[in-house]
Amino acid sequence: MKDEVQTPAERTANLKGMGTSRKRVEDVRFTQGRGNYVDDIKMDGMLYGDFVRSPYAHARVVSVNKEAALAIPGVVAVLTAEDLEPLGLHWMPTLAGDKQMVLADGKVLFQGQEVAYVVADDRYVAADAAELVEVEYEELPVVVDPFEALKTDVVLREDLAGQTEGAHGPRKHHNHIFTWEAGEKDATEAVIAGADVVAEEMVYYHRTHPCPLETCGCVASMDKVTGKLTLYGTFQAPHAIRTVVSLISGIAEHNIRVISPDIGGGFGNKVGAYPGYVCSVVASIVTGKPVKWIEDRMENLMSTAFARDYWMQGKIAATSEGKITGLWCHTTADHGGFDACADPTKFPAGFMNICTGSYDIPTAYLAVDGVYTNKAPGGVAYRCSFRVTEAAYFIERMIEVLAIKLNMDAAELRRINFIRKDQFPYQSALGWEYDSGDYHTAWDKAMNAVGYDDLRAEQAQQLEDFNAGKTRKLMGIGLTHFTEIVGAGPVKNCDILGLGMFDSCEIRIHPTGSALARLGTISQGQGHATTFAQIIASEIGIPADDITLEEGDTDTAPYGLGTYGSRSTPVAGAATAMAGRKIRAKAQMIAAYLLEVHDDDVEFDIDRFVVKGAPERFKTMKEIAFAAYNQAIPGIEPGLEAVSYYDPPNMTYPFGAYVCVLDIDVDTGEAEVRQFYALDDCGTRINPMIIEGQVHGGLTEALAIAMGQEIAYDEMGNVKTGTLMDFFWPTAWETPNYQTDHTTTPSPHHPIGAKGVGESPNVGGVPCFSNAVHDAFKSFGLTQTHMPHDHWRIWKTANGLGLHG
Amino acid sequence: MSKMHVKMTVNGKEVEALAEPRTLLIHFLREDLKITGPHIGCETSHCGACTVDIDGKSVKSCTVFVAQANGADVTTVEGLVNEDGTLGVIQEMFREHHGLQCGFCTPGMITRAHRLLQENPTPSEEEVRFGMAGNLCRCTGYQNIVKSILAAADHLNAQKEAAE
Ligand code: FES
Ligand code: FES
Repeated sequence: MKDEVQTPAERTANLKGMGTSRKRVEDVRFTQGRGNYVDDIKMDGMLYGDFVRSPYAHARVVSVNKEAALAIPGVVAVLTAEDLEPLGLHWMPTLAGDKQMVLADGKVLFQGQEVAYVVADDRYVAADAAELVEVEYEELPVVVDPFEALKTDVVLREDLAGQTEGAHGPRKHHNHIFTWEAGEKDATEAVIAGADVVAEEMVYYHRTHPCPLETCGCVASMDKVTGKLTLYGTFQAPHAIRTVVSLISGIAEHNIRVISPDIGGGFGNKVGAYPGYVCSVVASIVTGKPVKWIEDRMENLMSTAFARDYWMQGKIAATSEGKITGLWCHTTADHGGFDACADPTKFPAGFMNICTGSYDIPTAYLAVDGVYTNKAPGGVAYRCSFRVTEAAYFIERMIEVLAIKLNMDAAELRRINFIRKDQFPYQSALGWEYDSGDYHTAWDKAMNAVGYDDLRAEQAQQLEDFNAGKTRKLMGIGLTHFTEIVGAGPVKNCDILGLGMFDSCEIRIHPTGSALARLGTISQGQGHATTFAQIIASEIGIPADDITLEEGDTDTAPYGLGTYGSRSTPVAGAATAMAGRKIRAKAQMIAAYLLEVHDDDVEFDIDRFVVKGAPERFKTMKEIAFAAYNQAIPGIEPGLEAVSYYDPPNMTYPFGAYVCVLDIDVDTGEAEVRQFYALDDCGTRINPMIIEGQVHGGLTEALAIAMGQEIAYDEMGNVKTGTLMDFFWPTAWETPNYQTDHTTTPSPHHPIGAKGVGESPNVGGVPCFSNAVHDAFKSFGLTQTHMPHDHWRIWKTANGLGLHG
Repeated sequence: MSKMHVKMTVNGKEVEALAEPRTLLIHFLREDLKITGPHIGCETSHCGACTVDIDGKSVKSCTVFVAQANGADVTTVEGLVNEDGTLGVIQEMFREHHGLQCGFCTPGMITRAHRLLQENPTPSEEEVRFGMAGNLCRCTGYQNIVKSILAAADHLNAQKEAAE
């Protein structure tokens, strides 16, 4: 046999298992235009849906006249809330325990809200007809400021009038949603009152949007003969969507098949349930035909899934030597017209209580007030675990502000406050158990790699030149050390709409030794088909190239909660390893039988089981697979397959150390990134090539957010950034090259020690870019200014500091 | 709306169809011809997901009426595979250097890169970044896209040299 002459190293390489930069199997299709995205789906007799949307941010809907629209040939129906009401579908539950209008029920609460749904036999006809639906509005006072919202008499949610109790406890005002607290208020306030030094600042993380290149969409197809509904769509959580559709439509869950085809990027945008899905399902049920709905870019930016919009008032206390003694934070969270945040039920402010970051802070307190305003609903975890980006931005700004107050180097301040390696597992003041970390090693590696002291010397020289009138450029050095919390469950404290956040994998080994694996997650570009096969290859000893991986079809894949919050590798990756181990355990018994020794006398060796102490006696996994199906083995069932549902015992805590160096032209406000160094520690690394790609992408989204990307409203509630003309999305020209690096601190509780990485660069990148901008102006007295740092705002900062002469 | 008779060459094949003159080329390709490689990311000429090659120029097909493309020679990403069905050099280099993630921008990127390398067979990194600035990617941060295109340029030049 050929493989008998292979060395162990060759056999390992042949598997393309964990740790190899295996090329992606997806790419053969994608590079030649053979992907299958939702808008590529065509079905016989398919109809198209399109929305009539509100031009006003707050108005009563007086009347809707469908006549002119219905008169166009090809228009099949125009649905309004009145049509949905008999079905009980004019409102739908949100992921956050609130409810949301599917179609405007008497009033609208944000610009772009869905008012009517037109169905036609052609997408152009649907768009034409949507223009002809006449809606009469009566404008109401608009509230866009969350602080104002808590004072005004204007009632946004009349449907909740008189309700003093919401899904997350008492409501203090008619526009108030919840108050959520963590930590110890009195103790923290006492520490702050008695501290040597206290720095206080309002840190605003502006409203932005995940804006994947592919917008949201679906095709609903009700087969009236079989009674079966098939729903294709851009769903990051197809199984959860199936359950939710069943619960709200009353269709039995076995009669619903949800399929997520290829997805053109998600970043949190595609977690939620949107009115487009509900209307398409209803339209398909009513017409008996497939109905497609695809958002356009403006609709995407205006209506589905904003992110952030947190006003974080902070106080940080320290000794005069810089040892942090306490952290206090009060956040005002602007949730828009409906509370549709995608957070686990018990965490209405997500994991904002990771805001003590990488630091050993003995006492802390956090309170978050959720508020209704006349803006779009959402509050999704945009390329981060629930609200972790907000938390990381907050603490990394507070550290910088404290360093200024202490007149201390910010790198050193971080170093003396990091949680030490010997403190893990570490219990944080706000309630988390950090599983593992080695922050000092990562930090020192980063500082050495960039030559931190030299950079500071160069910066001082440049400042001198600036003051001497020799240059108009200032140099900024941004630092960040972030700690994430990803991989939700555990089920005991993490569910969404009551659905426990475990995940799953099913593996079938075929008789000839190749395999099929199916997971409860769904890739949106992360390369699951490539990386999960690598886990299986290492666990079972079957080459990754011989393993097909499938996700996204609820009729075939095991139930799981999907892909967001960097949970695929921590949760489904663990399920994959565990399913692999079940198979390996059975394979061990089969091997022992075939080798005529006791189970305990064989051991796994790369791609085979060998007799302990006699490596020339072995059975390869291929041989074992064949025997599993074709040989009668006493006491062992035929077949070789396993399924694992994994409920993680804890979350994972990836971390990283980032440095950004940029030059600011004070006269134009332009900032040019000269260097960006990113060290990530995501535990065990499954595919370094893919990790690096994730880091590049996440950093670029961080660059976008920090430097210009926002969803901005005027005082009338008009969206000012509804197209890609106004919504900053960096091109190849504006994007720098990144230097990537890593340390490896495996998660102690994860079967393969992996922690997840896709979101780290976005979590750590935003504060790093922003800190660099702040740092450039530090010597002129700037402590805090709000993102995004576009040219205009940077120019204004320079101007405000008197740098324009 | 009345339909017009359109005729064009797409990926080397003559096609004829009836279409409303206002039909956008991207919809004609995707809906009528079922050529779904080119994608729609904005419909406002910003993202480049819909990029095709028309008569030797990169064009965003979401902002061209089918009437304007009447008689044109159109190439999409599907037309860039080798005759034997294997991946073309640029496609192969995107795969080799991890120049894509979700794949949604990829057809537009590759079609644009194809034209860029015709216009400038030996681009610098800066020229690639500038030449690709009409195509947005949300996933990759461009670093590996640039790497893929530079590698493709090297391969194509080596092929050319070997042929000479
Ligand atoms: S869809 Fe044509 S440029 Fe975006
Ligand atoms: S690979 Fe996803 S947009 Fe480029």
